[in-house]
Amino acid sequence: MPTLSNIKSSIILNVRAIKARAYVRIVGQQRELSWLFFDSFLPLLSIAAFVYVYKAMQAPPEFTGFVILGGAMTAFWMNVLWSMASQFYWEKEGGNLQLYLIAPMSRMSILAGMALGGGFSTTIRASSALLVGIFIFHIPINIIHPWLTLAIFVVTLLALYGFGMLFASLYLLFGREAWHMSNLLTEPIFLLSGFYFPVKALGFYVAAVASIIPATLGLDAMRQLAFPDSAQFGFLTVGSELIILSILAVTFIVLARFSLGYMEKLGKREGRLTMRWQ
Amino acid sequence: MNREAIIVEKLGRKFKQKKEQDLWALKEVNLTINEGELFGLLGPNGAGKTTLIKILTTLLLPTEGTAVIGGFDVVKEAHKIRPFINCVSGGDTAGYGILTTEENIWLFSQFYGIPSKVARKRIDYLLKVVGLEDKRKTKINRLSTGQSQKMNFIRGFVTDPRIMFLDEPTLGLDVSVAMDVRNFIKDWLKENNQRTVLLTTHYMMEAEQLCGRVAIIDKGHIVACDSPRKLKQRLKERTTVRMKLTPPVKDLSPIRNLAGVSGVSSRDDSAANESDITCIVRDDRVVPDLVLATSQNGYKVLSFHIQEPSLEDVFIQLVGRGLDEENQPPE
Repeated sequence: MPTLSNIKSSIILNVRAIKARAYVRIVGQQRELSWLFFDSFLPLLSIAAFVYVYKAMQAPPEFTGFVILGGAMTAFWMNVLWSMASQFYWEKEGGNLQLYLIAPMSRMSILAGMALGGGFSTTIRASSALLVGIFIFHIPINIIHPWLTLAIFVVTLLALYGFGMLFASLYLLFGREAWHMSNLLTEPIFLLSGFYFPVKALGFYVAAVASIIPATLGLDAMRQLAFPDSAQFGFLTVGSELIILSILAVTFIVLARFSLGYMEKLGKREGRLTMRWQ
Repeated sequence: MNREAIIVEKLGRKFKQKKEQDLWALKEVNLTINEGELFGLLGPNGAGKTTLIKILTTLLLPTEGTAVIGGFDVVKEAHKIRPFINCVSGGDTAGYGILTTEENIWLFSQFYGIPSKVARKRIDYLLKVVGLEDKRKTKINRLSTGQSQKMNFIRGFVTDPRIMFLDEPTLGLDVSVAMDVRNFIKDWLKENNQRTVLLTTHYMMEAEQLCGRVAIIDKGHIVACDSPRKLKQRLKERTTVRMKLTPPVKDLSPIRNLAGVSGVSSRDDSAANESDITCIVRDDRVVPDLVLATSQNGYKVLSFHIQEPSLEDVFIQLVGRGLDEENQPPE
């Protein structure tokens, strides 16, 4: 039975580990600024393309807002997929993964540190999308329940990062195969989660399946709250979506904990934990 | 009496191979390493040294047998072992190129929960010891190989582990840097008699210089384990013959197959068009047959002498070939 002192030591250890791993990313972003162009400016061009498509079709003005919000959430999805989940692949190739694995900190701390560290650039990217939407495309944003919107956003992020940690566990056993899976998840998820259109358009059953990806319901709920006049485009009610997102967040985080342990054990048994060029 | 830091019993590790027979990288390995020891594991490439290190550092599961580190089982209690061990592998340069030397070492210290203040004091001291003080603020992607390796060392030692695993720590280093590293290891161990080091190497001289005891490993088996002095005493009843032959020897079997020859090793010097041959023979009476065999096979003896056995000779006698040999002795 762990003592209070043990629990306190464990918390301190993992907080230090999270801080340290986040430090790498934060400092890296400050010393190598090319991401400002490639990760913040360039994605605005694809967002603008969708906006102009909707404008050309004379779609309701809320659709511009949907694209802008979707573009902002893309930043968080890409952070989860590439700056967290698949980062274990690069750590393995660079020889850092084995040093992480022989250290006493939790594997989730490494991933949390990566996510936190990537949060700065992610926030810049998401904010740029929103600012462009507000000042250039004049999206009719009208948040009448700010705390509920914030709650949805936070729970969506928790669920997204939990999902990312679950996915990261695959990299403990696999190498290139998991890398290809990351590639597979990029574009199809943009479609299935309705990043640039209301997911309701995909039909109930497809949208229901797509709801397993936290971004789907998170985006849908935030759109309903940010653009109250477009409630008819919502998939489920905001309340239902918040409940489902909360369940997803807890489920993914718990599953991630067990999956990281299980995959590590499998990787140790197969001898693939430190195998490079897989 | 010192406590046992590492106990390995009947340890084995098998790797599945798709088209070939499964490979036993380790088989029936038994070792006991006491607290305070600098223990060496000597063997050629592919002998199983790194596999053993990976099992003991909880990166790999054994297929059979047990390993206990500091009283904890590597399979069931890996999480209890990690706080007091660390590992440095020669040739590996972990870390992040965008960070400075100091930042990288601090980073890895945090993964062991070391307060930043304590970590910085240790980093200051260790940078001074290995001569990297002036590279403290240099990004590691600008360090030379030797400097990166020194940084890698500090990264391992900054956590002040009770048990340190060093896997070929001087691999690829030039002579002066390797000497600094060896001196560092010796001094570090002397500071605290509760520290233990398991060092793997394929450099005979390193094992002889540093280690209180050496285990010789070949093809996954421990073939001998004792102090270098006692291992060399085993060869008292054997004679070591060293010859320089020209042209370079392509096939050692005419010498190896001679009655009375326990083992042969060859090192070629293509520039000088000669081979340095070391033979372990039963006694002096084998020597004329040896000289005859070399001349009958078209080789000229440039030099010839009989000498006191070294650890390399022990290896040749036990394994039947040299540490760098690729040739297999005949069955």
